[in-house]
Amino acid sequence: MLDASEEGYVTEDGRKIGGVLMEMKNITLRFGGVKAITDISFDIREGEIRAIIGPNGAGKSSMLNVISGFYVPQEGEVWYKGKKRPPMKPYQVAQLGIARTFQNIALFEGMTVLDNVMTGRLNYMKTNLLQQAFWKGSAEKEETANREVVEKVIDFLEIQSIRKTPVARLPYGLKKRVELARALAAEPSLLLLDEPMAGMNVEEKEDMSRFILDVNDEFGTTIALIEHDMGVVMDLSDRVVVMDYGKKIGDGTPSEIRSNQAVIDAYLGVAHD
Amino acid sequence: MLYREAGDFKTSYVEDSQTFPIKFDRYRYYFVLVFAFAIVPFVINDYWVNAIFMPFLIYSIAAIGLNILVGYCGQVSLGTGGFMAVGAYASYKLMTAFPDVNIFFHIIAAGGITALVGVLFGLPSLRIKGFYLAVATLAAQFFLVWLFNRVSWFYNYSASGQINAPERSVFGVEVTGANTEAWATYLFCLVFTVACAIIARNLTRGAQGRKWMAIRDMDIAAEIIGVDPLKAKLSAFAVSSFFVGIAGALFFAVYLGAVEVGEAFGIQKSFLVLFMVIIGGLGSIFGSFAGAAFLVLLPVLLKNTLVGALGWPTDLAAHLEFMIVGALIIVFLIAEPHGLAQLWRVAKEKLRLWPFPH
Repeated sequence: MLDASEEGYVTEDGRKIGGVLMEMKNITLRFGGVKAITDISFDIREGEIRAIIGPNGAGKSSMLNVISGFYVPQEGEVWYKGKKRPPMKPYQVAQLGIARTFQNIALFEGMTVLDNVMTGRLNYMKTNLLQQAFWKGSAEKEETANREVVEKVIDFLEIQSIRKTPVARLPYGLKKRVELARALAAEPSLLLLDEPMAGMNVEEKEDMSRFILDVNDEFGTTIALIEHDMGVVMDLSDRVVVMDYGKKIGDGTPSEIRSNQAVIDAYLGVAHD
Repeated sequence: MLYREAGDFKTSYVEDSQTFPIKFDRYRYYFVLVFAFAIVPFVINDYWVNAIFMPFLIYSIAAIGLNILVGYCGQVSLGTGGFMAVGAYASYKLMTAFPDVNIFFHIIAAGGITALVGVLFGLPSLRIKGFYLAVATLAAQFFLVWLFNRVSWFYNYSASGQINAPERSVFGVEVTGANTEAWATYLFCLVFTVACAIIARNLTRGAQGRKWMAIRDMDIAAEIIGVDPLKAKLSAFAVSSFFVGIAGALFFAVYLGAVEVGEAFGIQKSFLVLFMVIIGGLGSIFGSFAGAAFLVLLPVLLKNTLVGALGWPTDLAAHLEFMIVGALIIVFLIAEPHGLAQLWRVAKEKLRLWPFPH
């Protein structure tokens, strides 16, 4: 286990990781009689790429949904930026600076790529209905200022050419990228990615991995991601949480996880005699 | 050939996000405005105003209003007739209670009152969706009509139960009552229609419009990016009802002059405006105009051809008209479910390339 002290730690590739950004303390989530998550604690530190892995049905997505406010855990506490977070609606969580993407793409199909990415800026757009009705003046100024941020994200993710294309017309891989763009446009302090590479071919996965690393590198965004592709997870992430049947069975650097017997058992199965 | 983006470079985001990015479109828009304001008033007579222009302008406002709710925010409403009635009765009460205030403000205030009522009846949308919401708004329709029929305070205790628009003028020109001139009523409605269309366009292209469309396309994803569904839905109900209320007020005060609520603002009116929105194109301001034009012009056109040109008896023509309009709506929905606005978009995309196929 790395020395994850208050001040942070240094990763295997020599990057400095800061203090705790988000901490989950003894989270338990039940749906009726079914326990989706049992007593899980872990932290996410500023600037790191934190992966959550586990077999199907392990409770990874439920965990992400707890972080983004869709589910309220029955027990446990969520600490964010050093403060305990009260139960919140998802849109309030978004306003705290937590953005996410979905396992199944959740884009606004009726809008263009540009409009979709612009929705990521909604939390920064404060003009009221009356100002917007007249448009000229504050609403237009605000639109332009936010458009500039969005264009930077569009440049960054190399989707300039499809800017004005309706999202419904795009292929799967690009949709995933647009969804990432929308999340990035919000300039989040914590970015949650739910299986960002699901259903992609090798090239698309490589592209996406590069983008994730670039985002972390250039903007210093903290990223928590769920992914099934072990190669990707081990390459990208600084620390990994492993879940199985709603319980945490491992937590540490990729190399520690690789040699963790409980993790190997969960993925490969154990002989029962 | 004229319809080209090539060579028309945008050098700022403001230019890039304007309503008509193509030069030809922009000039066409200015031309229509000049034509509508400076030429039409001099050439129209009573027949044209009453049969075509006024219903078209007023229904356009109502269709824009409903389109904001249904087309942009994805909340189905069958209460348009009821909300138009709120606008009509609000303007009537205001006109009779404050006779010295300009009717212009009465109509805007009527829109404001309708917005409040709309928010009230929009509250169920926070819990229910789709067909169930449609049924809930249907309750609004019937309740409001019942209310204006039964509570005599709303029609100032008149014996007939009708409301009659008192004579009011703007800049000394009468716009309501018996002695109005065709051009004056036309211009009065036109001002409202143009203002409503511009406001609707501004709201839908900016942050508010994106909130509405986000809720329409995927409400869960909308919430995750920070859209408060409560505020987004209720604001859509408010803005939509505001426009519908203005349409109702104009329909009563300027167009009909006297109104019996069940007849003028019944459930048929709700369906009529909904058809306009669907045929015109959901989520399009242009579509609202196209739909209103289609459903206002078609009956007039059919009547003129069947009765005027072919000499059929009026009742036969009237029945046939129902059938033809109904059949056309069905054909339309099958052939182009996205409405006239989509046809227009496709035509424009073709035009951009014309005369070269690629």
